[in-house]
Amino acid sequence: MAFGPFLLLALMEGLVTAAVLALAASGLSLVFGVMRVVNVAHGEFYMLGAVLAWVVTTMIPGPPALAFVAALLIAPLIVATLAALADGLILKRLAYDPEATIVATIGLLYMIQQAALSLYGPNANPVRAPFEWRIQLPWFGYSGYKLFVVLAALAVLLALWLFMTRTKAGLIMRATQVDRTTACAFGINVDRVYMSTFALGAGLAALAGVLVVPIQQAHYLMGGDPLLLSFIVVIIGGLGSLRGTLIAALVIGLSDGVISMFFTPTLAKILATLLVAMVLVFRPQGLFGAKA
Amino acid sequence: MALEVKGLTAGYGPVTVLHGVDFSASPGRITCLMGRNGVGKSTFLKCLMGLIPVSAGAITLDGTALQSLPAHEVPRHGLAYVPQGRRLFGPLTVAENLAVGGLVRGNDRATLNHVLTLFPRLRERLAQTAQTLSGGEQQMLAIARALCLQPKVLLLDEPTEGLQPSMITLIQEAILSLKGQGVAVVLVEQRVDAVLKLADRVAFMVAGRVEETREIKGMAADDLAFRTYVGV
Ligand SMILES: Nc1ncnc2c1ncn2[C@@H]1O[C@H](COP(=O)(O)OP(=O)(O)OP(=O)(O)O)[C@@H](O)[C@H]1O
Ligand SMILES: [Mg+2]
Repeated sequence: MAFGPFLLLALMEGLVTAAVLALAASGLSLVFGVMRVVNVAHGEFYMLGAVLAWVVTTMIPGPPALAFVAALLIAPLIVATLAALADGLILKRLAYDPEATIVATIGLLYMIQQAALSLYGPNANPVRAPFEWRIQLPWFGYSGYKLFVVLAALAVLLALWLFMTRTKAGLIMRATQVDRTTACAFGINVDRVYMSTFALGAGLAALAGVLVVPIQQAHYLMGGDPLLLSFIVVIIGGLGSLRGTLIAALVIGLSDGVISMFFTPTLAKILATLLVAMVLVFRPQGLFGAKA
Repeated sequence: MALEVKGLTAGYGPVTVLHGVDFSASPGRITCLMGRNGVGKSTFLKCLMGLIPVSAGAITLDGTALQSLPAHEVPRHGLAYVPQGRRLFGPLTVAENLAVGGLVRGNDRATLNHVLTLFPRLRERLAQTAQTLSGGEQQMLAIARALCLQPKVLLLDEPTEGLQPSMITLIQEAILSLKGQGVAVVLVEQRVDAVLKLADRVAFMVAGRVEETREIKGMAADDLAFRTYVGV
């Protein structure tokens, strides 16, 4: 294949990575932004989304598209419910102390991971894509499903942005993010906001997991990579900034696609980590974050 | 009598700051709270809003006990708060700050319009973020935000601190017009001239207690109470 088409393919692969990453990272960023909680278990919510997608699609008979749509709805809902429980049982009891919650979510990471190993098993399982058609470009064919992932992620992120900026619930979350005490003085139930935020963040990760599973297979250890990459994206984009998260996900996703294809995936990760180190040294609030 | 406080004891963790505060405020009257730095004036207002737990005593508003409510329930009973240092939602717009103020009542245009008539300068800046406003405008917004709640009782913690005279006059006029509308105003204020101009009653606080409460009628700037409790 000539260089041009090869680059195009790399960029398209990168775009898919970016889309999934943007979804997962926006959840992490939201939780940190509003609650000041660094959720180390975020990748496990992603993994749970993928695993539950496998469970749901194997349980529902009929056309794969129907089963997949069911998974898209059910898996994030279950994960969000679990996250709400974890918030009430663990994070709330620690009074959302920034350090204690890091340790607690590390614990949560292992609990979820081992639960998945015990109940789901050590195997990687594929989930059928909801549809099979391919787009035939002059140089190569490309999975229509992957393009669907990009569009779906865009739609969800747009919905998230509208939710945060145009709805009353979004206003309540942003006010709580700025100053929880004053929010409380104006009648905002901060505990409820935190629970919903944690659930929403987990739901976004799970949704990313569902979308990725026809491409990647569901495995109980699959949460590590998205966690690392989400942290990278959130640090580069600026913690709590949705716009920054989106742009950083594009940068990381596209460069990951290109570098992985022309060189090696390892080099892509090395460069991304290096970029984070540079951002942390020269612009610790992130490229788009407000100065703390 | 709208707001009645008896024997209020509270503090931060193990440290008790308020040692049995007795206090009251009534509709259509401005009750000022004076006292030296650190006697617990701000702590008292936070306590009224439920933002710090009460260890003893009672807060009642028109007969309803407030002291054991979760903080987010307190504003539903008609208490609004203008904190010391404003504490606006800086990255949010003026309009959004006002919308947060009106959350518990359900935001309606009429209330918003009424509030903006009191502070016309905010009307021109609705889409601007709060952090880009001048100090005086920020203080107006802090008061306007509280008014969107249509409060029965308005708690103001040094709302003219650090402002220039013309701005102070503007804010004082707004407070007087609220009094005219029947709001029970509780105003923490350090300057004697402002207290003489605004207050109907003044409560003097010393070391976490209200030592003395006086009607303002008949008091002058050289009153012994001011010298004793505020040191002017
Ligand atoms: N968050 C806090 N944690 C611990 N102690 C506090 C806290 N806030 C205030 N204090 C203490 O409580 C006491 C009363 O403080 P408060 O702010 O109520 O005083 P104030 O009368 O409002 O003073 P000022 O006139 O300076 O505003 C002070 O000794 C202060 O150090
Ligand atoms: Mg004070």
